[in-house]
Amino acid sequence: MKKLLLGNAAVARGAYEAGCKLVSSYPGTPSTEITESVVEYDNIYVEWAPNEKVAAEVAIGASIAGGRAMSCMKHVGLNVMADPVFTVSYIGANGGLVFCVADDPGMHSSQNEQDSRHYAEAAKIPMLEPSDSSECKEFTKAAFKLSEEFDTPVFIRLSTRVSHSQSLVELCDPEDAPLKDYEKNIPKHVMMPAMAKGRHVVVEQRTEKLKALAVNCNFNKVEKNGSKIGVIAAGTTYVYAKEALGDKVDYLKLGLVYPLSENLIKNFAKDYDELWVIEELDPVIETFVKSIGVKCKGKECFTLLGEYSQNMIKKAVLGIDTESIPEAAIPNRPPVLCVGCPHRGTFYVLKKLGLTVSGDIGCYTLGAVAPLQSVDTTICMGASVSAAHGMAKVRGEEFNKKLVSVIGDSTFIHSGITGLIDIVYNKGANTVIILDNSITGMTGHQQNPTTGKTIRGEATKQVDLELLCKAVGVERVRIEDPFDLKGFEAAVKEELAADEPSVIIAQRPCALLKSVKYTGRCTVEADKCKSCKMCMKLGCPAISFKDGKAVIDHSQCNGCGLCVNVCPFGAIKKEEK
Amino acid sequence: MADNKNIMIVGVGGQGTLLASRILGNVIIDLGFDVKVSEVHGMSQRGGSVVTYVKYGEKVSSPIIDKSEADIILAFERLEALRALPFLKKGGKMIVNDRSINPMPVITGAAEYPEGIIDTLKQNADVISLDALELAEKAGSIKAVNVVLIGVLAKSTDIPYEVWVETIKKTVPEKFLEINLKAFELGYRI
Repeated sequence: MKKLLLGNAAVARGAYEAGCKLVSSYPGTPSTEITESVVEYDNIYVEWAPNEKVAAEVAIGASIAGGRAMSCMKHVGLNVMADPVFTVSYIGANGGLVFCVADDPGMHSSQNEQDSRHYAEAAKIPMLEPSDSSECKEFTKAAFKLSEEFDTPVFIRLSTRVSHSQSLVELCDPEDAPLKDYEKNIPKHVMMPAMAKGRHVVVEQRTEKLKALAVNCNFNKVEKNGSKIGVIAAGTTYVYAKEALGDKVDYLKLGLVYPLSENLIKNFAKDYDELWVIEELDPVIETFVKSIGVKCKGKECFTLLGEYSQNMIKKAVLGIDTESIPEAAIPNRPPVLCVGCPHRGTFYVLKKLGLTVSGDIGCYTLGAVAPLQSVDTTICMGASVSAAHGMAKVRGEEFNKKLVSVIGDSTFIHSGITGLIDIVYNKGANTVIILDNSITGMTGHQQNPTTGKTIRGEATKQVDLELLCKAVGVERVRIEDPFDLKGFEAAVKEELAADEPSVIIAQRPCALLKSVKYTGRCTVEADKCKSCKMCMKLGCPAISFKDGKAVIDHSQCNGCGLCVNVCPFGAIKKEEK
Repeated sequence: MADNKNIMIVGVGGQGTLLASRILGNVIIDLGFDVKVSEVHGMSQRGGSVVTYVKYGEKVSSPIIDKSEADIILAFERLEALRALPFLKKGGKMIVNDRSINPMPVITGAAEYPEGIIDTLKQNADVISLDALELAEKAGSIKAVNVVLIGVLAKSTDIPYEVWVETIKKTVPEKFLEINLKAFELGYRI
């Protein structure tokens, strides 16, 4: 049976058909739906872990114990889990071990554009790169086999367009992959210097064997069309090139993108007057091709930035320009905080108080966008807390009295708590605001350790953020409602004034949760509106200004009522529908 | 079918463009074509511009639609229609919901919402414009805008009417089926 599946869902299907026993991940666009799709398969143990490092270690443990296991993450999540990844390369795999990493060229939903292929080379772990959903499933199944056959973890590299494109997948029955025996094996599983020295030798030998495999395996394919132009491509750029160049060129499609094989590439390259390497982001394949003395064209005709497309490839390789209707100069439509978003109240107050805001990763990064423009910095998961500590230490007490960190509930558990411990331990006096909206928001509503539910929706123990902060030594911890603007403002002022660390838990659930039911809608009484534009400072997409008065678009307003609290003249009324 | 068909669905995050593309995708697999549907998730969905590509034919390679490649653009909002115009093929069709949603730069006064968008579109494309929100209300829910627009799109393809109706029956939950079938009908008959 053929089914239309997202690339991500196809990876999950591949894991199921391969008899995978465990999947542990932390959500991150564009990888999230892989793990969410695993929920469909009752016989796989699946979980959201507190962060990617924990997730990877859970999968590594499962593999050592003899079960096929997988962990999935976005590119920057791979940075978080890099520590265990580099060492499990030495340990290898008992049950097949797969790490599926999704890059985000063009940064649809990311803070950088890093190329995960560098990790494959650096950690000496083979990497497969599928180019559509069908290959996502097949490569995932193959990755588990490859892992067991070569005693190595295996990377699968996706990118946004592969993860989030649906295409047809042939569904098969799951394979029987019984647990392998677990044996105590200190030289292989205990990585201390004496043992690791031995394992490093094995890793280098393994890479040589994998290079030999690369010459003749199903992952790499040559397609001859009798052309004098050869193209080497993988993943997205292969399908773009196929569409742009059709049978005007010959192709070497790489499915195994690490290790690359000198013999394979030299053997392909010898037939062409002109050889192209087409790859998004960094010139990883191109650098290898040039390093073995093969001439090729690549980045000098393309770009290191963003996504490629068929027109771009047509222009570079064939010199054909595509005429199109010119772009009009029109307003952008950047993403905004949703109507009813609890963070809007928080940022309104922080902006009003003129504070420096050390920001973090999540929906609330949008607090940096006009008109709120409240957030000063965004670096990576958890950095809001630790970076603020560094700011306070160099700029001193006065600066710290106007400085807060903002971090979501899930992000705080992921890696904010360690920063908070640093503040307490090293005698800081920062104010940290945990934006507790009862869910992991940006990635599309995943459960986390603070929500009291597992990925399968089962009830579980819930981390109590208040107790947790107190337990690490923060004595001033309070829970406030960010929609109670006056109360929230007073709380922020009090905690900034305190000479010790403090945590404000800004608690109000995400407006998109099904359990949140705002009713009615808000309306501006035009005769009472004094045109002060205070409501416009909220940056609510439902409120605009027309003919000198504020107006609320009823097709967008969800009746959250925040604007009612902001209007100093009582001109905004909430009415039931 | 000689060439692949490329359909772009554009709108504002939260308008229900994903359901529209899923219905379209399911219609196409029922017909036995190869198909690719490319969506946007994550930050871009938060009230930003949203673009979905649906491509079908004997064999589809790239999941994305580049400039000058779309046969039909289905726009849920006027400004997004204008933004997508360079992606339309010469002589392509633009179906546009004649409604505006102000983007934040317009709300804050940093930019102005362009006037005369429908006229600009008409100079460059075969345009069908309609007030899909009004028709959705008529069908029983303002949320059915997406299915009204699918109805208009259905009429612009050579895919039989029955295939669409059967797919909607399979895709939409029972509770909302009557409203959605009515919405489809209102779009199909304009």
